[in-house]
Amino acid sequence: MTQPLVRPKRKNPVLRTRLPTLPPGTRSRVALGLTAAAAEGRFALQVCRDCGAVQYPPREACQACLSVRLDWRAQDGAGALLADTVLHHSNDLFFRERLPWRLGLVRLDVGAAVVAHLHGDVPPAPARVRVTARLDRAGQAVLVALPEKETPHMADDRQLREFTCDPKFRKILVTDGKTAVGQALVKAFAAAGADLLWVGHTEPWKKFAGFDELAALPQVTLLPLDVTDSKSVREIAAEIGGKVDILVNTAEYHRTFGIGNRPGVETARAEMDVNYFGLLRLAQEFGPAMRSRGSDGQSSAVAWVNLLSIYALANFPPHGTFSASKAAAHSLAQCLRAELRPAGVRVVNVFPGPIDDEWNQLLLPPKVAPEALARAIVQALRDGVEDVYPGDVAQEWLERWRENPKALERELSA
Amino acid sequence: MSARRGYDGVAVAVPVTVPYVRYSVRSAHWWLARALGEALKRSGLKKTDVDGLTVSSFTLAPDTAIGLTQHLGVSPRWLDHVPLGGASGVVALRRAARAVQAGDAEVVACIAGDTNHVDSFRLTLANFSQFARDAVYPYGAGGPNASFSFLTAHYMRTYGATREDFGKLCVAQRANALKYPHALFKKPLALEEYLSARPIAEPLRLFDCVMPCAGAEAFLVLSEDRARSLNAPYARLLGAVERHNAFPSDPIQMRAGWALEREALYAQAGVGTGDIDFVETYDDYPVISVMQFEDLGFCGKGEGPAFVRANTFTHDGSFPHNTSGGQLSVGQAGAAGGFLGLVEAIRQLTGEAGGRQVAGANVGLASGFGMINFDRGLGSGAAILAAP
Repeated sequence: MTQPLVRPKRKNPVLRTRLPTLPPGTRSRVALGLTAAAAEGRFALQVCRDCGAVQYPPREACQACLSVRLDWRAQDGAGALLADTVLHHSNDLFFRERLPWRLGLVRLDVGAAVVAHLHGDVPPAPARVRVTARLDRAGQAVLVALPEKETPHMADDRQLREFTCDPKFRKILVTDGKTAVGQALVKAFAAAGADLLWVGHTEPWKKFAGFDELAALPQVTLLPLDVTDSKSVREIAAEIGGKVDILVNTAEYHRTFGIGNRPGVETARAEMDVNYFGLLRLAQEFGPAMRSRGSDGQSSAVAWVNLLSIYALANFPPHGTFSASKAAAHSLAQCLRAELRPAGVRVVNVFPGPIDDEWNQLLLPPKVAPEALARAIVQALRDGVEDVYPGDVAQEWLERWRENPKALERELSA
Repeated sequence: MSARRGYDGVAVAVPVTVPYVRYSVRSAHWWLARALGEALKRSGLKKTDVDGLTVSSFTLAPDTAIGLTQHLGVSPRWLDHVPLGGASGVVALRRAARAVQAGDAEVVACIAGDTNHVDSFRLTLANFSQFARDAVYPYGAGGPNASFSFLTAHYMRTYGATREDFGKLCVAQRANALKYPHALFKKPLALEEYLSARPIAEPLRLFDCVMPCAGAEAFLVLSEDRARSLNAPYARLLGAVERHNAFPSDPIQMRAGWALEREALYAQAGVGTGDIDFVETYDDYPVISVMQFEDLGFCGKGEGPAFVRANTFTHDGSFPHNTSGGQLSVGQAGAAGGFLGLVEAIRQLTGEAGGRQVAGANVGLASGFGMINFDRGLGSGAAILAAP
C-alpha cells in the first residue's frame, strides 16, 4: 500500500538543483485526441461509428471494418491487468532518473489492449484495474492503471504524483487574497495540505474583509503584491520566486458593459492592466524561476493556474470589455503554456461561468460559488488536468461553443 | 486454397557474416557494401552477375534498397526492400527464391546489415513505429525489454516456465557461441550468473536481452544448377512460410504466425519435425524461442517448459538449437539478426560450421520473428533447408 508522503525537509541551498527533463513527447496527430480529452480529465478512445469497434493505439482507420469514421468517446477504463513489470533500465533521461518504474499490460473490457503506467497499489497480475488518461510532464496524454477501488493515500503514489499537481506539501502563491475566490482558494489549499501559502494583497495599509481569518491560518504569509505594478511583482518574485511550486493568479478586474454603454477606454484599460498585463508581468518575473525548478524533488514547481472566464471563448456583450481582456489573457496563457512545458510545469486554465460575486449581481443563476470554484481548482490540480470549466453555465457554454461557435455568438448577442 | 508451389531447384549458398562490433562509426551502407563485397569475393561472381538484390536494414534511412543500388554501383533487374526486422531473412529468401524460379533473376544477393552508433538504438526505439511512438515509448522508454517482460511474465504464470528454463537455453547458446568466431560474447555463461544478473525489466535480467551491435549478413539465392557451376557449397530450400499479424485478437501474445503456417511448411518441405536435425530460432528473448518450439510443432502449446527440461540444446545436444549462439550470444546487428539463423543453417548444411558442426546435419529449420510494433511481434516466418 502507498506510504503517505512526509513533509519534505528544507532544501539544502548548496546542493545542485536537478534540471527538468521530460518524458518522450512526440505523438502522431491522431494520438493527440487522447491528449485533448485528458486535458479536461476524460479518458476517451476512438470508437468506430460504423461497427462500434473500440480502437487502440489511436489510428486513422477501424481495424475491424476499415471505416475512417472514428469518434473519440469517453470510456470507463475497466479492464484486466494481464501482465506487469518493473523497469530497471530506460533509454530515456526522464525515466532513468525515476527508476524503478512499474508498467502493466491491460486488456480493457471494451476489447483493446493497452500499455499503461501502473499504480503501486495494483496487485500483481492477474488483477482488475481502472485505466485513466493523465497528462504527463511533457503535456501529452498517457494511460495510468489505478487500483479498481480507492486505496488509502493513493494520490501519494510516487509514479502517480509525476502526473498530478497535488497541492499536498507544495508551496503556493495566490496572487490576490482580497477577492472571494482568492479567500476560498487559500482555505481550500490549506485544507488540501499545502506546505506554505503566500497570499498577495494590493493595499497592505488596509485590512480587507476576511484578512484576519486568512492571517490566522498557520501556512499563510500575506504579501503586498500589485500585479499592475512591475516593481511590486519583481520584488515579490525576487523574494519567493525560487520557492513557488504552484502559482494561482486570482487577480481580476471586472466591470460590466460593452462598447456603447460606457464612454472612454479607462475601464477597459484597467481590465487589460490587471487581467492581461498582470499575467504578463507575473509570467515574466515568476516564469524563469519556476522553469528552473520543474524537477526539484518531491515538491518541485508543477503548475501555474490562471483564473480566466468562459467569456474568454466567446464574447458576452453585456460584459464585453471584460470578455475581451479574458480572451487576451487566454491567448497569453497558451503562450505561457508553451514556454513552461519544457520544464514540465503545467498551465491550468480555469474557465468559470459567472461567479456569484458583486460584479455579476444582475446575472441570473446558476452562478459559481467561490467555494465551489476553489474546490474545482484543487481537484483539477489533483487530477493533473489543464483546462477546467467549472459550473453548469461554463459546461453549457462549452458544449454550445464546441458544437457551433457561430451559433453561440448569435445567441449571446441576442 | 490452391496447393502452394514448391521451391524445387532453389539453392541457398555463400553464407556471409561481416564480423560484428558493439559500436561502429560507419553507416549502414558501409556494412551492406561489405556484405555484398564478401559474397562476391567468396562466390567468384562479378557485380554484373548478381542481377537480383534484397536489402534489409533499420539504419539505412533516408535511403532504401533503390538508393543503395547507386551507392554500390549495381544494376539489378530485380530489387526488393525487405524492412521486416527479424522476419527479414526468411521473407527475403522466399521472395528471392520465387524470382529465381520465375527467371526474373538468376542470382539474388540477400543482404542485411545495420550500424550501431552510440545513440542509434535509442533513436530507433523512439521512432520505431507510429504505435510505438504513441503508445509504448512514452511508457518508460524501455524498448522491447518492456514488451517482452510482459510476454515472459505472462508465459511463466500461464505455463509454469521458470527462470531456470530460460536460463538453460541461454547457457547452451553461450556454449555454442564459444565455438563461433564472430560471436561478441567470448566468455562462458553459468546458470548462476544468468539467474543473478542485474534486473532489466522484471522478470527479465541482463542475459535475457540481446545486445544491439553493428554487423551484416548475406547469402545468395540461385538455382541448384547455377550453384553447382560455381562450385559453391549450397543448401536446398525445401519449404518456407511467412505470416504477419496473426491472432490479432489474442489479448497478449502467446503464439505467432508459425502456428497457422506450420502444417503447410512441413507439407511443402516433405519432412516432419522428427526429420529436423537442428533448429535456429529467432531469439531476441528466450521466451520467444520457446514459443517457436511450440508453434513449429516440436511440442504442444504450453509444453515448452517440459520440452526444455527434457532436452539439451548445444550443437551436440539432443535438440541442437541456435548453434552459432543466437543473437543472445552473438549480438543483435539490427535486421542482420533476422539473417543470423539462416546463415548458420547454410553453414551447418554445407559442413562449414567447424567445431560446432551438428553431426549428420541433413535438414535444418530457421525461423524469423520481428517488428514489435505495439504490444507484440507482428512478423513471423520459417524455412526448412536441406543438404544437397
